[in-house]
Amino acid sequence: MKTYIAQRLAIALLTLLGMSMVIFVLLRLAPGDIVDILFATAGYISPSEKQAIMKELGMDRPYVVQYLDWLHQIVTGDLGKSYRYDLPAWEVIRPLVPVTLELAALSMMFAVLIGVPTGVVSAVRQDTTLDYALRVFSLAGLSMPAFWLGMVIILGLVSWFAWIPPLTYVSPTKDLKLHAIQFLLPALAVGYRSSALIMRITRSSLLEVMREDYIRTAWAKGQTGRIVIWRHALKNALLPVVTVIGIEFAFLIGGLVVTETVFNLPGVARFLVQAILWRDYPVVQNLVMFTAIVVILSNLIVDMLYGVLDPRVRYGS
Amino acid sequence: MAVRPAAIAVPTRARPTSAPWTVVARFVRKKPLGAAGGALMLLMLITAVFADVLQTHDPIATNAAYTLGRPNLEHFLGTDHLGRDIYSRIVHGARVSLVVGVASTLLGSVLGGIIGLLSGYIGGKTDLVTQRVLDILQGLPLLVLALVMSAALGPSVQNVVIAISIPIVPRAARVIRSSVLSIREMQYVEAARSLGVRHLRIAFRHILPNTMGPFIVLCTAQLGSAILVEATLSYLGLGVPEPYPSWGRMLSVSAAEYAQKAPHLVLFPGIAISLAVFGSNLLGDALRDTLDPRLRGS
Repeated sequence: MKTYIAQRLAIALLTLLGMSMVIFVLLRLAPGDIVDILFATAGYISPSEKQAIMKELGMDRPYVVQYLDWLHQIVTGDLGKSYRYDLPAWEVIRPLVPVTLELAALSMMFAVLIGVPTGVVSAVRQDTTLDYALRVFSLAGLSMPAFWLGMVIILGLVSWFAWIPPLTYVSPTKDLKLHAIQFLLPALAVGYRSSALIMRITRSSLLEVMREDYIRTAWAKGQTGRIVIWRHALKNALLPVVTVIGIEFAFLIGGLVVTETVFNLPGVARFLVQAILWRDYPVVQNLVMFTAIVVILSNLIVDMLYGVLDPRVRYGS
Repeated sequence: MAVRPAAIAVPTRARPTSAPWTVVARFVRKKPLGAAGGALMLLMLITAVFADVLQTHDPIATNAAYTLGRPNLEHFLGTDHLGRDIYSRIVHGARVSLVVGVASTLLGSVLGGIIGLLSGYIGGKTDLVTQRVLDILQGLPLLVLALVMSAALGPSVQNVVIAISIPIVPRAARVIRSSVLSIREMQYVEAARSLGVRHLRIAFRHILPNTMGPFIVLCTAQLGSAILVEATLSYLGLGVPEPYPSWGRMLSVSAAEYAQKAPHLVLFPGIAISLAVFGSNLLGDALRDTLDPRLRGS
């Protein structure tokens, strides 16, 4: 088990190193840099002034030096300086993290709360009208753009309840109820989208488990349907679902990018979009790297968890 | 005896011959949802091809006298904040969506397919290294990768296609590789090899045709996601540039400011995106069940 974890961690580190190269190269391909954008509104800027700014920001150095410098910064936990805000990048990002984490956790909760029960009902009532209806419901969620779903929710609130959601972020200490509403709606929009995959896996894995001998034994003993399904079958059927939740995490982050923008929540994902548009290299680099680390760690944790939940899975030998 | 190896190794196309319409009829009967998805995709294709015939107005022409107009007989789906006809813009948007979606799906799937084919066929260290590199690409959320790519490449239709296709590459490579791994151990491949057929020929002529089932399933499933990513990029201002009417961009301009005054600005383009993606998802699911039983439920 220990060697397995060590192996996995080594591979994860190598993957992250590769990702850092990809991210770095991609951002250097971009036409136009921060200096051009910062001074686009100022009109003319003399070449010497531009040189001075480039030097100040460390952008006149060779790419290899810039890259190694960045790696060193990541390892030491110093995330560099935001070009736009003239502040350490970490100081800009830090207040945004709790917002995104809260939204991600709530979305995941909705995804499981919607996905698992619909998956179970769909499997138990296989090939009935209800099964078809639930599958269409789930696939419809997957087909709607997350940002549009958010817009429609806001539009519905405005036209039916004449209630406009707060346009600025409300902190939980100030008004807990408003804060909850502000987060629950976008979380529902993201969660509904993410529930589709969970629903499918639950359905197909429950269908498989229901055909096994021990389930027939449970029926033969005269157990009620509810106990057979929810206690005996679901326990084993949920194992693949746990794996999917890890994969789902990457998908969820994509949903957050636009949902935070639509609902005007000051989270990391919305900030990423803004930073990309401003070509604020240090911030984009670090945010994408941060995302990559979160995704890889969550996959790793899920793999470990799988071994704990399923005694049949043993790592290393 | 002068026997050409390929003549033995490649089976002649001895498929059970049934008329195309019987195949379609059976598909409709067995997979009604998939058939509905197919119908939606067909509708989108027809709209895209005949956009110039179906339009009632010039999709780019503005009309200051009639902005934010409600849907009526003159403008079926109303007009936007610049007085442009939304129906005509949606009809032309189908063309943009379909072209970008199909082009990026094909580019990503073919590139990924070739990588997967070679990686799976050669095996060994090449395979291992390729898989690790693909891990790197797949570790990033699809949308984040596409966002960074399209920002890096700059706004143009061609660059949007590239940005959307790159995240598809590792997914396609995985699918093709896994089926190549099992096909290359089959007896007919061994037979071809023992006859001295060259490796590249075995890979492309003998193995590749048998991966077409998973490949078609993959393309259909990815098409929906490609259309969705294009809409999202355009919504964020990083997608298809003006003057092409894109469904995603129609939502970005109208969204915040005019939504309450004119809900049709938000509703119709979104419905168009959802139907297109829904159609390709339905079709993809049904094709997967029909063509590739191994992938069922995943």
